[in-house]
Amino acid sequence: MAKHVLLIEDETNIIEAIRFLLSREGWDVGAHSDGATAVQAVREARPDLLVLDYMLPGKSGMDILKELRADPDFSRMPILMLTARGQSRDRDEAERAGVSRFMTKPFSNTEVLTAVRDLVQLAR
Amino acid sequence: MAREALAGTRIRERRIMTGFKQADLARNLGISASYLNLIEHNRRRIGGKLLLDISAALGVDPSVLTEGAEAALIAALREAAAGQGMTAPEAERADEFAGRFPGWAEAMAAAHRRIGRLERTVETLSDRLAYDPNLAASVHEVLSTAASIRATASILAEDPDLSLEWRGRFHANLDTDSQRLADSSKALVGFLDTETGEAASGLSVQEEVEAFLAANNYRFDGLDADGANMADVLAAAPELTTDGARRVARTVLRRIAADQIALPDAALQDAVAEHQTDPIAIANACAVPVACAMRRLALLEAQDLGLVVADRSGSLTFRKAVSGFAIPRHGATCPLWPVFEAQARPGTALRTRVEMLGRGRAVFDCYAIADVVGPVSPNMAPLTEATMLIVPVASAEGATGAAPVPLGPSCRICPRSRCPGRREPSILSEGF
Repeated sequence: MAKHVLLIEDETNIIEAIRFLLSREGWDVGAHSDGATAVQAVREARPDLLVLDYMLPGKSGMDILKELRADPDFSRMPILMLTARGQSRDRDEAERAGVSRFMTKPFSNTEVLTAVRDLVQLAR
Repeated sequence: MAREALAGTRIRERRIMTGFKQADLARNLGISASYLNLIEHNRRRIGGKLLLDISAALGVDPSVLTEGAEAALIAALREAAAGQGMTAPEAERADEFAGRFPGWAEAMAAAHRRIGRLERTVETLSDRLAYDPNLAASVHEVLSTAASIRATASILAEDPDLSLEWRGRFHANLDTDSQRLADSSKALVGFLDTETGEAASGLSVQEEVEAFLAANNYRFDGLDADGANMADVLAAAPELTTDGARRVARTVLRRIAADQIALPDAALQDAVAEHQTDPIAIANACAVPVACAMRRLALLEAQDLGLVVADRSGSLTFRKAVSGFAIPRHGATCPLWPVFEAQARPGTALRTRVEMLGRGRAVFDCYAIADVVGPVSPNMAPLTEATMLIVPVASAEGATGAAPVPLGPSCRICPRSRCPGRREPSILSEGF
């Protein structure tokens, strides 16, 4: 059965590119664009891995991350955070909040694929 | 070593600068070279006629030899030494350093002053970069679009077996993203170009407008109601260095001109004589909007009153400071300010006695009202603008009535630890 990844991102073309890349690798890829309802979407989808944008409409990726980590069901779920904010304090805050990997935009496809593979490997 | 004791050092430096040999100067002065040598090494005190003779021979005023470098120079050197963590005994030699090497000392003091100015500039710009939502949004847009283009282009380049359908979709995505990137890049460059102008003055658009208004004491008596002479006033304002600042200033001037027509000086003075600084009473007496009365009162030269105007997002679009009521330049303000409460009840005039926490714990009466400013559409909340007049309360007045509501400037610099409105820890009470 294919592993499920949920992509929370509001850029439709980024969703399409990442969806294509991961689907080609055998992943079942879902996407959600609204920050305000993202936590609920994660609870419903229960993905094996979450790719989470930092800046989202409705609720920031950081707040979503914190809310998920406070939930025992998602405290260990691999979360890859994508962000255009490369400042060290953002990275520090994300790491303190329990992010599994922090990646700044623009990223390469290889970086994304490698990160996803690594995170799934570690989660086993 | 005492400063007066360094006259000998200065004599030596000056003699060498003027090309005198020690023996020649001593001969001119009628003293032995060995005695002059003792003077130059600060082993003999000097004064009276011999000092006058030496200063005349060296072509300097006697005070140059006795007083040495300026106190400001010494102070700057000591400040620089303290900043570098220099030990106290070494820092105390600033006087000697300035006396023996005045050129180097001046250069070091100038460098120290310049570093201080640059650090302040960096702090200001850093603050702006951290809090400016326009810049953050522009950069995010550019980087997100670049990420999309990079991911899509890589797929197209690296997968020769891509189906025609996918290839077509990705090409279309590239087309839309490249257009977005072009637009967002132009917008960012335009923003940074404006910022370059601001950097020259060190001020944001709003700060330039505030500086312009303050330089004119908020008085623009000669304005035409139709704005005919406004361009001349704006063009002649050295505080306005950017087009953005001139545009915002024009809007402010138009409102000032309109307010002056609605509530002329004579009527305002009469109303103040009867109602003091109560904008609600003045508005009722003069049949003008409360916000208009607030603005007119705040800009009266004789009254030291503050004014803030906030849009519906809570951003302050106008600030006139008053002593004791701190108004942050960047970032969000205290959510407990009555101006925000007014936003929730458009048309209701509020009067709240507040205490601004901080060093002085000053007490103010804050009058606030929100007015609808945008077009009204069915089932849509209209845009509102809230105005708050800040009236200082004398301590005797503050002793009576209900306890004032405690407020802060913003969470970061507010000492009130248990506050329902707190968003983030205070750097004052929690040691950040």
